[in-house]
Amino acid sequence: MTERPPGRLEAVLRARRDNGQKLLVPYLMGGLGEEWPAVLEAVAAAGADAVEVGIAFSDPMIDGQTIQEASVRALAGGATPERVVASLASADVGGTPLVVMTYYNIIARAGEHRMAQSLAESGVSGAIVPDLPADEIDSWQAEAFAAGLDTVLLAAPTTPDARLKMIAGKASGFLYAVGVMGVTGERTKLAESALEIARRCKEASDLPVLVGVGVTTPEQAVTICRVADGVVVGSALVRRLLDGEGPDGAAELVGSFRKVLDAAFSTA
Amino acid sequence: MTALGDLMREPSPSGRFGEYGGRFVPESLVPACQELERAFRLAWADPSFRGELDHLLRTYGGRPTPVTECHRLSEELGLRILLKREDLNHTGSHKLNNVIGQALLARRMGKSRLVAETGAGQHGVATATAAALFGMECTVYMGAVDVARQELNVFRMNLLGATVRPVESGSKTLKDAINETLRDWVATVETTHYCLGSVMGPHPYPFLVRELQRVVGEEARSQCRQVLGDADPDIVVACVGGGSNAAGTFAGFVDSGARLVGVEAAGGAAMGHGIPGVVHGMRSKFLQDEEGQILEAESISAGLDYPGIGPEHAQLGDAGRAEYGQASDEEVLAAFRLLARTEGILPALEPCHGLAWIVREAGRSIPRGSAVLLTMSGRGDKDVALVLEHSR
Ligand SMILES: Cc1ncc(COP(=O)(O)O)c(C=O)c1O
Repeated sequence: MTERPPGRLEAVLRARRDNGQKLLVPYLMGGLGEEWPAVLEAVAAAGADAVEVGIAFSDPMIDGQTIQEASVRALAGGATPERVVASLASADVGGTPLVVMTYYNIIARAGEHRMAQSLAESGVSGAIVPDLPADEIDSWQAEAFAAGLDTVLLAAPTTPDARLKMIAGKASGFLYAVGVMGVTGERTKLAESALEIARRCKEASDLPVLVGVGVTTPEQAVTICRVADGVVVGSALVRRLLDGEGPDGAAELVGSFRKVLDAAFSTA
Repeated sequence: MTALGDLMREPSPSGRFGEYGGRFVPESLVPACQELERAFRLAWADPSFRGELDHLLRTYGGRPTPVTECHRLSEELGLRILLKREDLNHTGSHKLNNVIGQALLARRMGKSRLVAETGAGQHGVATATAAALFGMECTVYMGAVDVARQELNVFRMNLLGATVRPVESGSKTLKDAINETLRDWVATVETTHYCLGSVMGPHPYPFLVRELQRVVGEEARSQCRQVLGDADPDIVVACVGGGSNAAGTFAGFVDSGARLVGVEAAGGAAMGHGIPGVVHGMRSKFLQDEEGQILEAESISAGLDYPGIGPEHAQLGDAGRAEYGQASDEEVLAAFRLLARTEGILPALEPCHGLAWIVREAGRSIPRGSAVLLTMSGRGDKDVALVLEHSR
């Protein structure tokens, strides 16, 4: 389906994956706290292979309490799509690919063309739109491709095999394997479903497969990465930020994932 | 643009009503929506399902509900007013029609638990009732603001064995209750059916709920003919929150010559002031700001306190087949008193929006002597305390 060379997000992730490295993609909320651009830079420097940046939406239906709270605070602090994207343009992330995650109404309101162009102009290289399933992706994806953006798609534990194939055919950047049936949030125990969906995604696609939703500790990341190519770490990082930790705390958490992952897979 | 003759039939394969509708949900929920669509289409074509639903609506729900001609009110307004009495349904509103159908469907799909959002509490009470009837578990999400203003309905749901979860996020009203119900459903979809309360949400809900409410309009069409000497009403009016009682009513009259009017709360007028967008699984019209953040609706009636509207109404409005008016809280309270005084009916505040619009338009856009059908979507017991508060 992707009749175009992969975008920069996919190119970077594929190259590292093919090089034997496990992929680490932290998520943070744009506009959460005044020093959030510094958090972004610190996280990129601490070993992220790409960084996912949320643009807050008033009705985040797939998010649990942590990211809901972050959305509320970001919006109260005056975060608008325009401001967040402008900050991304000026952040120094040393070439780390940036992926924006937002709900479709934010894109629809701005206009798909305008949003795709403005993301690309700000150096963003991909988008995740969780309420835009593969069946509804076409018009956005055309704009995204034209702007050089990858569009990451989600695959869920309940996705049947035939549908998983269809999703894998449309996704670019990476394939986001949803680890648990449920909203974003920390989980103390790693769900069986995370390994199962990772395995099915790997079978269905040659794209980098990253597991997200519920990945909370470096140890869980290691277990997942025995099957998957990497992990997305969201609520575990956002909770730290909500608790008042700044760039150093964020870098420490991301650094710990990086270190444990690299150690576990260095000889693999 | 859709030809008028094609309105209120099948949505497109992707669940579109014109440019509205669709299925904008996270991947985790897509298979569940697909399963529901398949199950509904099979059931709807199955005479034994239709027979059982019909039997329950009659013997348990109290259908058919009558059409009442309002002589004293008619005289006062210079119109001929007919009410479709959905307030006489078991549990006091049209919501039961939808819920009995969805609960039957859930049972057929092997689900043992129902979750639902509720605004005024009427849909929550109806869902709790169906869950009790079928021996299912039930959790109802309700905005904390609504929990406070509809205390009695919370107690009713508890008596019926349901768990009511107050929702503290966002505006703490209906839109947030929907978010929270979706969040529950993502985690429980294997055992749980989301019993959505209006003609909204991802495909197939807007279609499914309209079909389950169609009985309102179809009954009313033939009942009106008896009263009006084989004629249809000139105007058909219903209040609109998400739009289910209006959609059910309009479905019976869309191919008639009647003027169709949906009436929104002035503080929640998605047709009046909304902008196309995608929220709660559907493309429709929503109150939203420049950035696409959804605004809070504000109305005296919790059941209409929703910043969006079902996608089929957006289509009907754009196509010019239905028009959408508004009523303010003050007009609604006056309409409540008017109906009580002239007809001995204590109405829910939601359908009072329809009545308030009729009162305002009588002799203006409604010519004197017109026959007007209003769907009395619910009874007022739940609102009496609120009206008392506003009388002080
Ligand atoms: C009596 C009554 N009428 C109308 C509504 C609004 O719903 P809808 O627009 O789906 O008919 C409600 C919702 O709670 C209600 O309780």
